[in-house]
Amino acid sequence: MRITCPLCGARDRREFYYRGAALALERPAPDAGEQAWDDYLFLRENPAGETRDLWYHANGCGAWLVVRRDTRSHAVLEVRLAGEGAQ
Amino acid sequence: MRFSGLRVLKEGLTGNRGWTAHWRDPEPKPAYDILIIGGGGHGLATAYYLAQVHGLRNVAVLEKGYLGGGNIGRNTTIVRANYGLPGNSEFYSHSLSLWEGLEQELNFNVMQSQRGVLNLFHSDGQRDAYVRRGNAMVNQGDDAILLDRDGLRKRVPYLDFDNGRFPVQGALYHPRGGTARHDAVAWGFARGADSRGIDLIQNCEVTGIDVANGAVTGVQTSRGAIRAKKVGIVVAGRSSQVAAMAGMRLPIESHVLQAFVTEGLKPVIDTVVTYGMGHFYISQSDKGGLVFGGDIDMYASYAARGNLPAVEHVMEAGMALMPMIGKARVLRSWGGIMDMSPDGSPIIDKTGIDGLYLNCGWCYGGFKAVPGSGDCFAHLLATGRPHPAAARFRLDRFRTGVGIMDEEGTGAQHNLH
Amino acid sequence: MRVAGKGVLDRSRSVPFRFDGVRYAGLEGDTLASALLANGVRLLGRSFKYHRPRGVLTAGSEEPNALVTVGRGGRQTPNTRATVQEIYEGLEARSQNAWPSLKYDLLSVNTLAAPFLGAGFYYKTFMWPKAFWEKLYEPAIRRAAGLGALSGLPDADRYERAYAFCDLLVIGAGPAGLMAALVAGRAGADVILADEDMRMGGRLLAETQQIEGRSGQVWAGEVLAELAAMENVRLMTRTTVAGAYDQGTFAALERVGHHRARAEGQPLECFWRIVAKRSVLAAGALERPIAFADNDRPGIMMAGAVRAYLNRWGVCPGRAVTVFANNDDAHRTARDLVAAGVDVVAVIDSRAEAPGSDLFEVHRGAQVVGTSGRLGLEAITLRSAAGERRVETDCLAVSGGWNPSVHLSCHMNGRPTWREDIASFVPTPGAVPGMMAAGACNGAFSTLACLREGAEAARAALVELGRSVPPLDLPATEDEPYRLTPLWAVAGKGRAWLDFQNDVTVKDVRQAVAENYRSVEHMKRYTTQGMATDQGKSSNVTALAVLADATGRGIPETGTTSFRPPYSPIAIAALGAGGQGKGFAPERFTTSHKASRERGAPMIEAGLWYRPSTFPAPGEKSWRQSCDREVRMVRAAVGVCDVSTLGKIDIQGPDAGKFLDFVYANMFSTLKVGRVRYGLMLREDGTVMDDGTTARLGEHHFLMTTTTAAAGDVMRHLEFVSQGLRPDWDVRFTSVTEQWAQFAVAGPKSRALLNELLDAPLEAGDWPFMACGPVRVLGVAGRLFRISFSGEQAYELAVPARYGDSLFRALVARAEGLGGGAYGMEALNVLRLEKGFITHAEIHGRVTAYDIGMGRMVSAKKDCIGKTMSQRPGLMEADRERLVGLKPVGAVKLITSGAHLFAKGAEPVRENDQGYVTSAAYSPTVGHVVALGFLRRGPERLGEVVKMVDHLRAVETLCEVVDPVIFDPEGGRMRG
Repeated sequence: MRITCPLCGARDRREFYYRGAALALERPAPDAGEQAWDDYLFLRENPAGETRDLWYHANGCGAWLVVRRDTRSHAVLEVRLAGEGAQ
Repeated sequence: MRFSGLRVLKEGLTGNRGWTAHWRDPEPKPAYDILIIGGGGHGLATAYYLAQVHGLRNVAVLEKGYLGGGNIGRNTTIVRANYGLPGNSEFYSHSLSLWEGLEQELNFNVMQSQRGVLNLFHSDGQRDAYVRRGNAMVNQGDDAILLDRDGLRKRVPYLDFDNGRFPVQGALYHPRGGTARHDAVAWGFARGADSRGIDLIQNCEVTGIDVANGAVTGVQTSRGAIRAKKVGIVVAGRSSQVAAMAGMRLPIESHVLQAFVTEGLKPVIDTVVTYGMGHFYISQSDKGGLVFGGDIDMYASYAARGNLPAVEHVMEAGMALMPMIGKARVLRSWGGIMDMSPDGSPIIDKTGIDGLYLNCGWCYGGFKAVPGSGDCFAHLLATGRPHPAAARFRLDRFRTGVGIMDEEGTGAQHNLH
Repeated sequence: MRVAGKGVLDRSRSVPFRFDGVRYAGLEGDTLASALLANGVRLLGRSFKYHRPRGVLTAGSEEPNALVTVGRGGRQTPNTRATVQEIYEGLEARSQNAWPSLKYDLLSVNTLAAPFLGAGFYYKTFMWPKAFWEKLYEPAIRRAAGLGALSGLPDADRYERAYAFCDLLVIGAGPAGLMAALVAGRAGADVILADEDMRMGGRLLAETQQIEGRSGQVWAGEVLAELAAMENVRLMTRTTVAGAYDQGTFAALERVGHHRARAEGQPLECFWRIVAKRSVLAAGALERPIAFADNDRPGIMMAGAVRAYLNRWGVCPGRAVTVFANNDDAHRTARDLVAAGVDVVAVIDSRAEAPGSDLFEVHRGAQVVGTSGRLGLEAITLRSAAGERRVETDCLAVSGGWNPSVHLSCHMNGRPTWREDIASFVPTPGAVPGMMAAGACNGAFSTLACLREGAEAARAALVELGRSVPPLDLPATEDEPYRLTPLWAVAGKGRAWLDFQNDVTVKDVRQAVAENYRSVEHMKRYTTQGMATDQGKSSNVTALAVLADATGRGIPETGTTSFRPPYSPIAIAALGAGGQGKGFAPERFTTSHKASRERGAPMIEAGLWYRPSTFPAPGEKSWRQSCDREVRMVRAAVGVCDVSTLGKIDIQGPDAGKFLDFVYANMFSTLKVGRVRYGLMLREDGTVMDDGTTARLGEHHFLMTTTTAAAGDVMRHLEFVSQGLRPDWDVRFTSVTEQWAQFAVAGPKSRALLNELLDAPLEAGDWPFMACGPVRVLGVAGRLFRISFSGEQAYELAVPARYGDSLFRALVARAEGLGGGAYGMEALNVLRLEKGFITHAEIHGRVTAYDIGMGRMVSAKKDCIGKTMSQRPGLMEADRERLVGLKPVGAVKLITSGAHLFAKGAEPVRENDQGYVTSAAYSPTVGHVVALGFLRRGPERLGEVVKMVDHLRAVETLCEVVDPVIFDPEGGRMRG
């Protein structure tokens, strides 16, 4: 599996750390309530198909990436820097 | 038909013409009291216990492919009850007690082999964590023994005890743990459920869940609509998709776990060994293949196949731990879809929809849970109340923080458990 | 025997080798199979279940029968395919799965018991009496099962792994693959051509057809010479492309050293990960047998294999050969044999419309219905319109047609497509992104079609790669049609084998169906069809057809089982190359490592780091003696400890303070420059992630320390919070763990020790507790932190890592002058336990700030990671297990880590479990064991006596619940 880091180019999956759904970028306000926090931290869309998830180029440039991917085929559709308002 | 050595003998002498189907292939009826979505190990066991323990017969299992085609048919077959936290302790203890005697109960040889499970440790800190876990096992009434290096060496002399990187210091030994023949477990439960009148319906994919006034009324399937008073979802890696049909989001992320089997070899490993410094566990099947695995690939996936980094990491761990397996050739690798929960522990609970029940979150430890999960889920479906051994497997524990069972202590990131 | 004038091997080079102790001679270029066949050896193995005699079936890696063990000791390699193993001088091969000998195998008695050992028999028996399964039945089954044996010794060979990258990977170097590589290579693309054989050419080596007026073998040699001369082409022989993975990644195994005596320094195998922009699958096809009664005897072989042995190795596997087939292709075997002067008994063709021949007798519409010969074929029974008759023959060349090698095209979950005209599956286009199939593996069986498809696949790849495409220029060669009428299993009595190795017969499949194992996966799993070492390469399609017939479905509806990597088995040692010994994980060494070792310190693993456990003094016999001395030394004088392994993260930027407020539970923006503060970091779920001290070095400059274990996690977390949650804040992070060597200097004489080294001595009032700042030490710019993990007056002194070794030596030498010295991890642990300081033994991932008594550190004035979720009701319950100190008050003065806690009179069972011990050690300072643990409502129970039970170590005692801080609770020594 290979991911094309926008800063470094196509790299092997070994260089990346996987965190989970890109939902993690959408942190609720502290007072958003129990349901919002449950949604944020635990509940998952978990699609069989296109998903957006977070990868960290740990053994590379250190960028956090939002990767649009297909969970059935492992096709990588798009990679963006998390810090560039990818949400 | 009752199976026995005598029966095998008799059939052998008469040309093996008398063997009959282990289960029927019934057409789905328009309505059932209970529908179980998912004909894997857990679903089939649930069906069996519904009939056997609760006397319920008007039950169907809906399977989109073939019986036992999910993780029950693609795991590393390890059976154990070596958990440390309340909730898991009593559940896996219960499950193990059901395993013991399953052959006789099902009249099907699932080849459970209590050859012991060894969890190796490599540092004082690891040892103390295992001691804590082992004491929890004994508190629960299960068995756990602390082996030092010498004790361990007698059992598994082929380990690289003086490994230059992480020398082996000892192990937590769980004698009642072991392995079983995975497919046979599915088939045995299927045959048991079928013979008690439960309809096992293959090639029947659920495409919708019907809910009216907050209560489930039935399901839509590739073979038509089926009404039901109660519906149990027990579809492992596919839990999120099926639950979504009822408008639910689950605390589940689906991940791929790979496993491996080598070519057949003469007996060389007679127990289950788990490496403490890398994710690696191995046993040898009765056919002679070394069956082993490691950690999940770590990215969400429904592909049921993985990639090389995880493969190689498992092999490196194997070579670090027991370099005598180097010449064993990997014959086949495969992947399963794991329903990873935020604390690494399962969910057996009712949902916000009346009559809709959920059994998921087994992460990559579902095989050993099969009888326990079936029994507890059947209890919940039949009585509406949780089985005492699974009372802590609540769906709302993440929201409330009550009774979280994070054995690994890795926090709310699904893939870290 | 060898056939004069045939074969493409060097007849002048005789190579001696041994099989089962007997010395034979072969030729250079021989496989073990060809050499043994040349020597008239037909019996090479025994089957798995019935221990039936087995001979060579194929001429390739798909071989299910001729498996042998090669080598001895740590080099013993079981289950080696004799059809792949090249012979070399000194090769020693042995038969396997036979006792006492291959010829007289006791377990061949199983074949007599076959009626009782049919499909799935073991699921129906061995259940009574219950205890017998593990004691009797299973051990007996296990002993009988398995094929070859591992030696039980560590693998003595060397293996390597490597990466390769290319524009085009061509898998298979037969006519299609050669053509693809040639077209792409000439166009300038980076090409890798990989073939599992020792010699490239594929079927061109095994056939007699001409290309451009030359033999296929000569043509292949010319193409290979041209390719070898191209810098942009890499030829990889003996390399099996074994798996297709995501984004054009392929797994390949190169057998570097199996074909020769072990050479020093050479790896045995190299496992390649090949990344290819495009790939051409030109893997060829595998011939399939026909199931008929007793079709498993040595001497019964694939027709194409017989041709290969004849044309490539100059070997004829029999004196009087008969061909049994359902297709035209197999007639070539008879033609080639006759041309070579071998006696062809007849061609038996199941098709009424089969072509005739002037060269040999053809029985049209006929079948083989039985065979005889105990250890090798002697005769067959021919059934034709004229009835049944016995035909003497010692070699039967069988062909049920060819199965394209679709395997790799299915590794990414693709399902192959059924083609009725060739009665076979072919790859489904697009099943592996970027892969095109060409030649026989795509169902194109004539040489010309293979060349054309190879060229076209390469041209298509070049177009996609944006390269110029050369005009198509195909060599002239045969383009014969491939005609076949499916014949899967011959009707009749007797056992007709499908899976030769696992002894699965047509009857087994039918019985599985009768028992309702009708899905292809059920049939496979119930009968073990296709689960042997060959993964059913020869047998699966035929078994599928038998299943389809028995269930009344068509073959495409029946479907295939999944194709999974690897294509052919790969040694664990190759896949895990480098993992043996120290290779499993990198080693990290502190700058004081060498000096510590010189002082005799035993080094222990701490994550990837090595740290000294103690610094034994002369005469000390146990670690406890050393540890106790080191603890006393720190409490009484001064100790030096390397703490460089703690993570150090340099944090800079105008928003650094604000940022730290967000990632730490407590406040940092208010910290003054030149001061240090303890920080508690939570995960977003409210559990404790890590702790450590963070120093403010400047207005916009902080230095965070983490625990050794969590350094990487914390760094990643900070980057996540910064890039993902607060991208608008101006703050940057750099890990400087490796850049600084840092030493704790602890004890009442710590200042005195420092003053021997610092350029500007410290005065008593300088550097109060939790101060920090720059210092010069022996002329080097460093940093000094007044922090303490021991409860003593203590400092941590940091210098650039290149000075670490000399500073450590200087510190220890001067400490010794003051009655102190170096201390290790054991003493460090005791010192911190006496003070109730926590480590990851306590913050093990399940505890909250509340649990460890730091609930009030979670600042009410600000939001922070983890704050909201730490307030979930379940995490605030008073009944939670919370941190306490413990001291033994029972008869047994021992507390053990991992023991559980119970009320004094309670039974030690789960229902009564009240908590557990996380850390315990003997404290020489207070003279008893001190411990930390978690206890329900712990802090409310100070003074209570509880029961500690460690079942595993057989320790039970009573403990008093005490404050975690046992020594100097007021902290006077630390601040003093």
